[in-house]
Amino acid sequence: MAETANPGTPPAGPQTTGHEWDGIAEYNNPLPRWWLYGLYATIVWAMGYWVLYPAWPLVSGYTGGLLGYSQRAAVLGEVEAVRRERDLRGRAQLASATVAEIRADPALLRLALATGKAAFGDNCAACHGTAATGRIGYPNLQDDDWLWGGTPEEIERTIRYGARSGHGEAHVGDMPAFGRDGVLKRDEIEAAATYVLSLSGKPGIPGASAEKGAEIFAGNCAACHGETATGNPEMGAPNLTDAIWLYGSSPEQVVTTITNGRKGVMPAWEGRLDTATIKSLAVYVHGLGGGK
Amino acid sequence: MPLAEPTQTAPAPRPRPTKKFGSRATRAAIPAENGALYAARRKIQPQAVRGTFRRIKWVLLAVTLCVYYAVPFLRWDRGPGEPSQAVLLDLDRGRFYAFSIELWPQDVTYVMGLLILAALILFLMNAVAGRVWCGYLCPQTVWTDLFLAVERLIEGDRRERLKLDAAPWSMEKIALRTMKHAVWLLIAWWTGGAWVLYFADAPTLVGQLATFQAPAQAYIAILTLTATTYGLAGHMREQVCTYMCPWPRIQASLTDEHAYNILYRDARGEPRVSAKQATALRAAGKPAGDCVDCFACVTACPAGIDIRDGLQMDCIQCGLCVDACDTVMGKLGRPTGLIGYDTEANRRSRAAGGGPVSRIVRPRTILYAVLVAGIGSFMLYHLATRSFTGLSVLHDRNPLFVTLSDGSVRNGYTVRLSNKRPGERHYALAVEGLAGARVEVVGGVPGDLPVPSDATQEFRVLVFAPAGARPDPSVPLTFHLTDVSTGETARAHDTFKAPSP
Repeated sequence: MAETANPGTPPAGPQTTGHEWDGIAEYNNPLPRWWLYGLYATIVWAMGYWVLYPAWPLVSGYTGGLLGYSQRAAVLGEVEAVRRERDLRGRAQLASATVAEIRADPALLRLALATGKAAFGDNCAACHGTAATGRIGYPNLQDDDWLWGGTPEEIERTIRYGARSGHGEAHVGDMPAFGRDGVLKRDEIEAAATYVLSLSGKPGIPGASAEKGAEIFAGNCAACHGETATGNPEMGAPNLTDAIWLYGSSPEQVVTTITNGRKGVMPAWEGRLDTATIKSLAVYVHGLGGGK
Repeated sequence: MPLAEPTQTAPAPRPRPTKKFGSRATRAAIPAENGALYAARRKIQPQAVRGTFRRIKWVLLAVTLCVYYAVPFLRWDRGPGEPSQAVLLDLDRGRFYAFSIELWPQDVTYVMGLLILAALILFLMNAVAGRVWCGYLCPQTVWTDLFLAVERLIEGDRRERLKLDAAPWSMEKIALRTMKHAVWLLIAWWTGGAWVLYFADAPTLVGQLATFQAPAQAYIAILTLTATTYGLAGHMREQVCTYMCPWPRIQASLTDEHAYNILYRDARGEPRVSAKQATALRAAGKPAGDCVDCFACVTACPAGIDIRDGLQMDCIQCGLCVDACDTVMGKLGRPTGLIGYDTEANRRSRAAGGGPVSRIVRPRTILYAVLVAGIGSFMLYHLATRSFTGLSVLHDRNPLFVTLSDGSVRNGYTVRLSNKRPGERHYALAVEGLAGARVEVVGGVPGDLPVPSDATQEFRVLVFAPAGARPDPSVPLTFHLTDVSTGETARAHDTFKAPSP
């Protein structure tokens, strides 16, 4: 839009805005007028926005706006809608299918793994750890050693009813306190500990006899842990010949276990978690890698 | 030589001494009456012209518009379950199809490469022949041209339109204006309608749109693009180029004295005198310019500038002033080409009485051409040799390893397989780098992992070191993926972690 667009106008010299600072003037290159109207339009828009939407912070709170719109409420509404839709589709299927059926259906398996992962973080990680690796007294769920059985169905049952949880269907079976209850004497306990440790090639207590320990084992321990000490998942009796030690594998820890017994509690989750979540947890824990 | 520099003043004598030809004064005097900071736009009513450049522009207009409106309807068979549209940007599934090429979101680097290529081609065009893009190919120019043609058809040429603008409202004026805006809106609506067809199966979407069953986004996009097309091509026009587009500014800093641009050959045109005076002057052996100051070039200009002021930012170099001037020169029996594609170096050489200089091949054009060729062939090579099988491996962050009951060590990985081809495929996964390692896949078999058509699939993979092995704390591990049917392979590297001894 040069001056020449209108040939009738004689050319003028450069115009300035009329502002001058220390002899420096500013050329006036006028903005198009519609641009100015655009600015006015945004101001009007802003005023409308202040009235209709949350805008101004107050001492405690903010101006809510006539429309009553809240981003937080909108997001929560969307989250709720998604949750309801998921419940309708996937979770209903999870609840009605058996664990084996879930594992056989790739789509359902993926849903169960995702659901189980989230539920594990919320409910199980407090004891078993965020990576399900457990700690002393709380089983590592990543490995292939299972006190109460490692098939998906057995895991589901353990989650549902727990162990020593007080639920009628819960796993039961205690490690007795052989020392505290006076069943075995200190040297007998040390002998038994030395024998048990020798099964996996670990050093025992100096001076204690593994042969004597073997006799004590056969008389007191084999009933639950088995003649070969490979354990019994019916009673939650661990395999004593492997590399996994729930309560530690140092001689002192083993002696403590025999002396005072062990009664780790896994709560029953039935009633606290719905069926779909429990099944998902079973599938997830099994899928961590150690499942049978 | 920077573009902003005004062209040189022609030698005297000057019939119009008040007119400082080519001076900054003419540009700084944009209608700022009374020093107002805001000025109303002065409406431009370009005169129709005939000639070479007008013909070129008509052809390009027809070709580009046909391409734009027709491409969504081209079909391309990709097999069952795959879209059959030749060019499709499927936002839902995150796929872009262009004939035989299919791109995934992670192939966005091709888009980046194309943008770089486009910028370089723009630079090259600019270094060779100025604003070729602006003048002939830019959608703003093409649609404005189309809207102008409609306006001319309904309201008449420049003279009739100026008269109509000045005339009081009458039934005829209302009828003409209504018709013009209706046709504009129709074209604008069609433009928006064609746009959405690139994002969904075109025939299906046309049916849905017609029966009001299309998704709301489609209608919103059409309405938005109708509004922008109508506004930009019907009302904003040259203001888009002058105020909104950054390219004129960039172009100004990229050009040089050897770039061809639309130029007024002032050495030949000045001094401007009327045709009669020129004949008299020439008869008397005095200098007389060819420019008869008829303003045909100014009235023809869609940007509303005077090309005789020299190269300027508002000029989109559409060549219409060339056609206008050539027509006048033809009528006067003078040679054409008073305005034409020329270089600043040439102009100066002629003004100094020298011969033509032309340097199309110069470091600048060589550099741009080499870059365009290099990047273009690299992209083509990359596109031609890209893999259709993808493998990405992520080691478990926690735990890094698991000790099993027999004392052996296990590592867990999240593995994602990509099948970028239509049809379900089966892959075999193996690891290398750990002697005797065993691979397990949760819910699958390592030798036969199915991945659905044109999709990715995630698997949880477990790698076991053999019992009794004592691997180093960190062993490099290579994952090999093989397409069972084609033998195509993919590789990924990770590590196997074990407890410190």
